[in-house]
Amino acid sequence: MVNSQEILKIKDLEKSFDGVPVLNRLTLTVKRGEVLVVIGPSGCGKSTLLRCLNGLEPVNGGQIVFEGQILTSFQTSWSRVRQRIGMVFQNYELFPHFNVLENILLGPVRVQGRKKSEALEKAEFWLNRVGLWDRRESFPRQLSGGQKQRVAIVRALAMDPEIMLFDEVTASLDPEMVREVLDVILNLAKEGLTMIIVTHEMAFARAVADRIIFIDQGVIVEDSPPETFFENPATDRARRFLNIFQFDGVQRGSRGTGPKTVPVRL
Amino acid sequence: MLDSALSIFRTGRNLARLMEGLGITLQISAAAVGLSLLLGIPAGLLMAGRRPLIPKLLRLYLEIIRVMPILVLLFLFYYSLSRFLNINLSAMTVSVLVFTLWGTAEMSDLVRGAVSSLPRHQWESGRALGLNEMQVSLYVVFPQIVRRLLPGIINLTTRMIKTTPFVFFINLPDLLKVGQQIVEVSGIRNPLSSVWVYGFIFAVYFAICYPISLLSRYLELRWQS
Repeated sequence: MVNSQEILKIKDLEKSFDGVPVLNRLTLTVKRGEVLVVIGPSGCGKSTLLRCLNGLEPVNGGQIVFEGQILTSFQTSWSRVRQRIGMVFQNYELFPHFNVLENILLGPVRVQGRKKSEALEKAEFWLNRVGLWDRRESFPRQLSGGQKQRVAIVRALAMDPEIMLFDEVTASLDPEMVREVLDVILNLAKEGLTMIIVTHEMAFARAVADRIIFIDQGVIVEDSPPETFFENPATDRARRFLNIFQFDGVQRGSRGTGPKTVPVRL
Repeated sequence: MLDSALSIFRTGRNLARLMEGLGITLQISAAAVGLSLLLGIPAGLLMAGRRPLIPKLLRLYLEIIRVMPILVLLFLFYYSLSRFLNINLSAMTVSVLVFTLWGTAEMSDLVRGAVSSLPRHQWESGRALGLNEMQVSLYVVFPQIVRRLLPGIINLTTRMIKTTPFVFFINLPDLLKVGQQIVEVSGIRNPLSSVWVYGFIFAVYFAICYPISLLSRYLELRWQS
């Protein structure tokens, strides 16, 4: 059944590195406007999944269909596809020899061939949104990690992508900078941008996600709304994973009763 | 004092000969640096590549050239080659050849270093923006490599210029050789001639190499900010 709402269909996706399977016949459908948060233990294949979706990793089997176009084919022009699938990396990866504005304009002007004035207008809009228009002339090394990551997000958005992929975008940031980046993504979610987000920020995952995709050993173990996943995970594997994020607080009672443990909520 | 200095440069064709010597020094330097760039850049790119055999062979070549004194190479090509293989190369050809062999080896290593020090993610983030391989090279990789490379290239250039006086030993009348000949002839009448002539040569080398050095520092500063 063809559903026009389906923007991305992944079927039996297989990927292995040196014979070690990382993605194991993974199947997933994403609807337009949906926000998927992919979580799972490290090495479970979540980053690899994102990298397969925009062709940074060649796949070994299965099918990816994006807007009716089969991407897992020899004829795929990845540079075309990537103009429509934006990606933001863990380590920002801005181009150090370009300033903020040049970083943002490179794609729209050089790749998409848009008019510079038009691209500039869009860059101004997005930079204002993330509070960095004043820093447009700065070079990446003059920015904090959080600022760099916000610029990297704007750089991807400037291409008008239909899907955005976020690969652990706050994993290298100091805690106080995580928030400013997550707020930007949260706002994009409110506007209905289709996003697939890989993150270890559980509170954020819960706030932003329409669906939580829990991956372990290259397969989707759970695919459920955030409330269900966090309150009432269906599998043992997910429950054990979530326990990693729980701490038992030690509450010192009055003399003689001894310490007792109380779970601390996220 | 000044008279004794001026008289040396005025005597006969002394000044003109020094200039001819300088011409030879500059010719060797320019030819060797130019050829080293031409050969060293592709060699360095090959060394940074993932083909299995070529980087190893180039590495071996680099190590051999590095451990070999320049003078030995000059003698090898100038004297030994003619004895063994009956190949007679002019002193000029041998000089350019040897300095190019050395320069190419060093240049390729500089290029290899600059390319492999660029994080792999720079390529990926370029590709992720929809840039094709050509555009990634042009806009992302190449400008960054040039920036990383230029100080090293300039440093190598001055090192090559400074090393050219070795051609003295295969009787090529470069600046230093000509200077030495002049000192030998005029030294009897003018005991200070060595001071003036070698002082002059010192000033000439300084005048050539110092601006190059300044250029390197200027570029480093400009690209830093």
